[in-house]
Amino acid sequence: MLATFIFLVIMLLVTLGVAAYETYAERKVAAFMQDRIGPDRAGPFGLLQPIADGVKMFMKEDFIPSTANRKLYFLGPAIAMTTALLTGVVIPWGGTLTFGDATFSLQAADPGIGILYVFAMVSIGVYGIMLGGWASNNKYALYGAIRASSQMISYELAMGMSLVALIMTTGTLSMSGIVDGQLDGLWNVAVQPLGVLLFITCAFAECNRAPFDLPECETELVGGYHTEFSSMKLGFYLFAEYVNMFISSAVISTLYFGGYDIPFLDQKGMDSNLITILGTAALFVKITFFIFLFMWIRWTLPRFRYDQLMNLGWKKLIPLAILNILITGGYMVFNGNVKL
Amino acid sequence: MQYLFYLFAAISVLSGLFVVTARNPVNSVIALIVCFLSIAGHYILLNAQFLAMVQVIVYTGAIMVLFLFVIMLLNLNNSTEPQKTLLTRIAAVVAGGVFLLTLLAATRQGVEIAAANPADASVGLVSHVGMALFKDFLLPFEVSSVLFLSAMVGALMLGKKEKVAA
Repeated sequence: MLATFIFLVIMLLVTLGVAAYETYAERKVAAFMQDRIGPDRAGPFGLLQPIADGVKMFMKEDFIPSTANRKLYFLGPAIAMTTALLTGVVIPWGGTLTFGDATFSLQAADPGIGILYVFAMVSIGVYGIMLGGWASNNKYALYGAIRASSQMISYELAMGMSLVALIMTTGTLSMSGIVDGQLDGLWNVAVQPLGVLLFITCAFAECNRAPFDLPECETELVGGYHTEFSSMKLGFYLFAEYVNMFISSAVISTLYFGGYDIPFLDQKGMDSNLITILGTAALFVKITFFIFLFMWIRWTLPRFRYDQLMNLGWKKLIPLAILNILITGGYMVFNGNVKL
Repeated sequence: MQYLFYLFAAISVLSGLFVVTARNPVNSVIALIVCFLSIAGHYILLNAQFLAMVQVIVYTGAIMVLFLFVIMLLNLNNSTEPQKTLLTRIAAVVAGGVFLLTLLAATRQGVEIAAANPADASVGLVSHVGMALFKDFLLPFEVSSVLFLSAMVGALMLGKKEKVAA
């Protein structure tokens, strides 16, 4: 009980820390892509920039529009942040650590329906944006909120469909079960190549990241759903996006890229605690790569138009995901994995 | 566990009451969302994980989002609220009172309701739900999926703009 609590606190701090340094990395990556230097004033290499940003966010005037629905206006950023942080609970961050005869699992909770829990949190996360945008009582904020939420609902469908094929091959909904399957066998990326592409595309859309960042659109919608938010409430919305990015990178690594698995490491006969620590480090390397991918794509690709975004989601990704299910099912029947 | 049940029960009942008493329809919807979440909590207490998550994903995450969409876009306020006549109000009070009387009379003696299968705690897990749906109740399941498909096609047909005859 106490161990789980301590683990949860560590997880919270790591998530927030990673999210804070994602903002720094985003600027550095952007600068690198555009042949600039990027932030370098605060601390060595600008490493203290996130702290400076945080202080700035807290110190700014917290302006609340007089026509806003105050309760919901406060609730919006809170829901966005809470659901973003809650998702990390079911992710297996590593194997087990053994101290004497006590073992600690580096996963806070392992329900049998782990993936569905992630989905449930994602689907509640929509409310943060919707309520915030509506409560601001501003037409641009409302438009932004409607865009964001319809985008998220549309891509949630394709995301779920792409996962069905994965679940068919793994035979379990539990996150740790899916990683266990990859420890001995192939990583799921080799089993579900189309599924990976679909899932990553949908993850980008769920995080409202470029090229799917239509909800924020300076030329049409000012700031989108957070137009009327200032100070740390705005900070919460922006920060929730970075937390979501971190968590989705972790989910992608866990589901398709072996989680904390390092191939062939278990055959070297090393201490199990060392393997666990190396595995967690490997997971973080994978996560860092996917976070970099998020940024890489943001600073490389132009954004979609809104109707193109909806066409892609409904008319391309969902049929492709259904096709993927059919192919997977057909292969499993042909291969004799299931009896008809 | 028992305290959690009382907590969830209190949240369900209070938020349910707030759904009908709230003046602002958006507040009603939010109370209904809270109510659905607390019901998902009840499912988890009953060890029905799958049902709990489906409750959150389908009801809280999809259906209530649509509710909220519609209510936000309709921009309901006091002036657009339909005004009930005195006769309707009296009829509503009488009907509600009679229903309450019936309920009280029916539950006055406190019937003991036995749990259906108390020994099997794994009945709500996803593998059991899957077995029930795809083995015992395969035909009704497939038939209802056809029903859903036809409802979807019907909604699309209704929503489609009529082409202007050239």
